Order: sequence, then structure tokens, then C-alpha cells
Amino acid sequence: MAQKTMIQAITDAMHHELKSDEDVLIFGEDVGQNGGVFRATEGLQDEFGEERVFDTPLAESGIGGLALGLALQGFRPVPEIQFIGFIYEAMDALNGQIARMRYRSGDSKSAPITVRTPFGGGVHTPELHADSLEGLIAQQPGFRVVVPSTPYDAKGLLISSIRNNDPVFFMEHMKLYRSFRGEVPDEEYTVELDKADVKRDGKDVTLIGYGAMVHTALKAAEELEQENIDAEVIDLRTISPIDTETIIESVKKTNRVVMIQEAQRQAGVAANVISEIQERAILHLEAPILRVTAPDTVYPFSQAEEVWLPNHKDVINKVYEVINF
Amino acid sequence: MKQVLESIENQFEMFQVLDENGEIVNKEHEPDLSDDDLKELMRRMVYTRVLDQRSIALNRQGRLGFYAPTAGQEASQLGSHYALEQEDFLLPAYRDVPQLIWQGLPLYQAFLFSRGHFHGNQFPEDVHGLSPQIIIGAQYTQTAGVALGLKKRGKQSVAVTYTGDGGTSQGDFYEGVNFAGAYNAPAIFFVQNNQFAISVPVEKQTNAKTLAQKAVAAGVEGYQVDGMDVLAVYAVTKKARERAVNGEGPTLIETVTYRYGPHTMAGDDPTRYRSDDLDNEWEKRDPLIRFRKYLEAKNLWSEEDENRVIEEAKEEIKAAIKKADDYPKQKVTDLIDIMHEELPSNLQEQMEEYREKESK
Repeated sequence: MAQKTMIQAITDAMHHELKSDEDVLIFGEDVGQNGGVFRATEGLQDEFGEERVFDTPLAESGIGGLALGLALQGFRPVPEIQFIGFIYEAMDALNGQIARMRYRSGDSKSAPITVRTPFGGGVHTPELHADSLEGLIAQQPGFRVVVPSTPYDAKGLLISSIRNNDPVFFMEHMKLYRSFRGEVPDEEYTVELDKADVKRDGKDVTLIGYGAMVHTALKAAEELEQENIDAEVIDLRTISPIDTETIIESVKKTNRVVMIQEAQRQAGVAANVISEIQERAILHLEAPILRVTAPDTVYPFSQAEEVWLPNHKDVINKVYEVINF
Repeated sequence: MKQVLESIENQFEMFQVLDENGEIVNKEHEPDLSDDDLKELMRRMVYTRVLDQRSIALNRQGRLGFYAPTAGQEASQLGSHYALEQEDFLLPAYRDVPQLIWQGLPLYQAFLFSRGHFHGNQFPEDVHGLSPQIIIGAQYTQTAGVALGLKKRGKQSVAVTYTGDGGTSQGDFYEGVNFAGAYNAPAIFFVQNNQFAISVPVEKQTNAKTLAQKAVAAGVEGYQVDGMDVLAVYAVTKKARERAVNGEGPTLIETVTYRYGPHTMAGDDPTRYRSDDLDNEWEKRDPLIRFRKYLEAKNLWSEEDENRVIEEAKEEIKAAIKKADDYPKQKVTDLIDIMHEELPSNLQEQMEEYREKESK
């Protein structure tokens, strides 16, 4: 099986979908001839032509509106928002318009749109490129929010997202784009949406994360193994809605949980996950559920980001706290 | 360096065909409409004026819901709509319910929209368009998308959208017009300049002398039209539609008009920002009065015709309200059911909860 980076897996997914469904359109800033600033759309315009893969004027709200208008003509748009911080410009198009189309039209219209955007810290970007803004979309009913952590998942989840008849906000962690390779089949396959994945089996504590934090959790789990602590790692993969079933199953086994998110602590996905656990499985818990998050500040300029971002040592410390409670 | 602003602004002279006295002032552009078409246009304007009066009354009785009055804007709304085809795609703003009705949205559904029931937005199959947009200007960027979609599908139809003068201050206005221009997409952008965005006069929205000139920056055609003159609005829209389907790109049309009523029926008091003198001045330019004069001079319209349409409208409105009254109330479980194509697990749980709540 081929070893690919996450960005290659993402390109692969779009290639399959452009080929298998002629209603799929890919557009955004610099996605055409340039192949996108991260080269996610590399070669796609050459192969499928400007009718299917095209540049837009530089305006994110316009890109959102364009996507919805094209969806209303039966297309399956896959717009790219060049960096996550630019979605502020598109918030009405996303949350005010795209997410509401099915309900607003009384189920007579839909918005099968997959909005792709890079996010996440640790790559020394300028301001408003690296934030974890998943909460802004996850709080909007009507949108699914999908965050892959491996090349294999990225391809399968992106194909599932594009084929879904409802809008998906697909977040690609920049640090994962090229930092490692993983097995990615050449043929098309799907990974089910709304399903978390157990990335590592364990019995002593459950570590829950998504995006780059899955790898932080896995690294922590490896070190904890040396100390005879056997951690289970759950990758949420879809953060709205949350797959509570997979989480609760794990909690019933380990009785201890540490939840990790790269986003700031306040009003985050972690708070939501913890709340679901305590409502459903409080009697299975041996300790309070602890969180590893970034502090409640804005994302820092790049000099401070290494300390600001949660790391595996932060996770290990919290694991000791729940084990020794 | 040349002073270009003045020379550009001076080119946006207001286009008029029929003056306030019902006289043709621009023979060359008098549209080639049959007598039946002229009578139908008048019928629609009279009918829509009655619909507006009845809607305001129903709202005051607490029997309607959200309503944005339309009187004064009939020529802008219906003259433009009359130049469109059934296959065209409408993206109206909240005041533009009449265009949807004349496109084929049943009246009782328009009332259900006002009352906040999603059935009002389940359009018949041959009505292509969206329910009225609430966010000012959002429909502009969507119009670029619909128009690009029509172009990609090779259809001979256009995407048509409406906003008011205030809408031209929104970023989405510029983005939408610019995107449509960049893709040379078949779109018509209407700005119904009714002089006030709720209370803020158009002079405070912009330093631009006309709103139509905003087309210039996007490199698309722009026209300013007398929005109280149904023949002028029709003629310009017809031309814009022809350009669009011929692949000549989008058009921005400013119709200079006035709303007689409040912004909406939800507590706006126009006496706080408009004078009686101003109201009277605009009422003299009324679109129905001048078109009636024009038709009477051609022996195409009489008091009997007028009264017949008024009665017809009243009867149909009464029947539609009855039908809206009889329509089952929207439930939260209906809403949960149509948030997604398939219910995600969180909503499955919440569905159970609300089924129980609603069964009590």
C-alpha cells in the first residue's frame, strides 16, 4: 500500500470525487493553476479543466455565497478557505446561509457543500492563520465539523464529506499536512462520518482528542507505557455531532478521562465532551475528567506558540492527576 | 490627470418612459407590450396594492406576522418581474414577496412565510428561487453562484436578486456584483432605492451620487431607472435579461422609488425620520396613478376594471388566509427532522424528548 502525506491523501480524495461525479466543483483563492497555497489542489485544474477547478476573486464571503448558489443549481461545491482565520469574513455565508438552507426551504433544497480549510498551530504563521476556530462552526446546527488526524482518515473522511448531502466543515491541521506519511490505498474508500475512532487500545485511562492533539495523546500514551500506564486514545474525527457511544464504551472500561484540545479552554469541544460523559456515565468515573487545552488568550504571535500549544507532557501530568485522584 | 468622477456620475441619468402625468416622454424606449400585457401589468399592480393594504390590516389584527409593506414599490417590483421568464431564478429580499407570488408562489404560502412556518418556503416545482432573504445583501453573493451555475448548465435563464439602498453598503453587495462580473455570469442585481434604510437616508449611506454607478467599479453595466415608472423598469430589465442570456454579463439596476409605509410592521414609525411633505411629494409620482392614466388614454382601463381586480384580490386573500389558518402548525419535531438529510445521533435523542413534549 502506498505511503502518503495527509496533503497527498486530500488531493487524492478530491481527484476521485472530481472523476466520479461531474457535479463536483473545486474553487477558492489560488486553487487553480497554482494548486493552492499548500498544493492541495495540485494538478487538478490541468486534469479537469477550468470549468471544474477554478480560482475565485479574493473574498471569502463571496466564496461562501458562490458555493451556496452553485449548490442551488445542483452542483456539489468543495470550496477552499485559504486559512482558518479568514472564515470570519464568511461567517454569514457559512452559519447564516449554508447551514440553514435545508431547514429554511422546508427540506426542499439542500447545500451539499464541503468547505475545506487549513487550521492549527505550530507552523509559525502570521496572525489569524493558525487558530482553532472549530467552535464557531460546531455551535451552528446544520453543519458537520470533521477533523482528520491521519492520511488514511483524511482521504476517507473527505470522500464521505463530499458525498454527504449536507454541509461539512472540513478542517485540515497544517502541522499534519507533511509531517509524516501513512498508508493510503490508491482506490477510493470512505470513512464513516460522525464516528470516533480508537487509535490506541488501553485499559487505564482514556485520552480524547482530535486533529494534531491525537498525535500529542499518542506520544503521551507511549511514554506512559514505560510507567505501566495503559492509555486508550480516541480520535473524535467528527466533532459535531459527537460520537458519544464510542466515548462511553471506553469510559466504562477505563473509568478515567483526560480530554485534549488545541483550542482555548472556554466554550470548547472539550467542555461539551466532558458534559456528555458525566451525564451518561458518572457512576463509571473514578476521578474528575480533566482537560488539557490552550489558555484563554488569543492565539499568540509565533515566538510564543510552542509553549502556548498543549504538548504531551501536559497530557502526562493530567493523566497522573486522574490516576492518583 | 482627468477628473473622472464627475464625468462618470453625469452619465447615470435617470431613465424614464412614462412621466408623472402618464405621458410617454421617451417614445424610443416605450416597450413593445400588447394591450393584454399592459392590462395584466396594471392588474398585478392593483392586486398587489390591495394585498399590501390587507396584509397591513391583518398584521394589525395579529393575524399575519412579519410583514414589510410594499406600497409605492409596485412598479419596481412588478415591472422588473414582468420582464422575467418562468425558468429564471429569484433571490428576493424580505420586501419582495410580490415577485414570488407572481412567479407562482400560492398566496397562502406567502402568508405562512409571514407567520413563520417553513411550508411558506416549500416552493412549487416551477418556482425557481429562494425564500426572502433576511440578512441584508447575503443574496447578492448567492446570486453570483446561481448565475454561474446557470451558465455552467448552459441554461438560457438568469439569476435575479433584489436589495434596497442600504444593501449597497454591505460588503456582500460588492463581492456579489464583482464575482458575477468576473465570471461574466447571467445575473441581474436590483437595488430598490426607496430612499431610507429603515431610518437612514440614502445620502448618509454613501457619497456616490447614484447607486447605479457602483457597477462601474465592477466593470458591469449599470442603470438608474425611475422606479415609479413601470414601463421604464420593464424596459431596462428586459434589456438586462437579454444581455445576460446572450453571454454579455451581469447588470446592476437602481430603481428610484419610495415605500409609503413603515420599514416593517414590527414597530417602525416613519414620522420619526420622514416629513409629510416628502411623503406627499412621492405620492404624486405614484406608479399606479400614472400607469392608470396611460391606460385610460388608450381605453384599456376603467373604473370597473379596477373595482373588479380589487374585489378579486380581496376574495382570493380571504380564501388564502383561511387556507393558511387551516394548515397544521409547525412542530419542533418537524424542525429536528429536516435539519439534516439523516438524523445524527444527538438529534435522534432530542427528537424523542420533543416528541414527548409535543404529545402533551
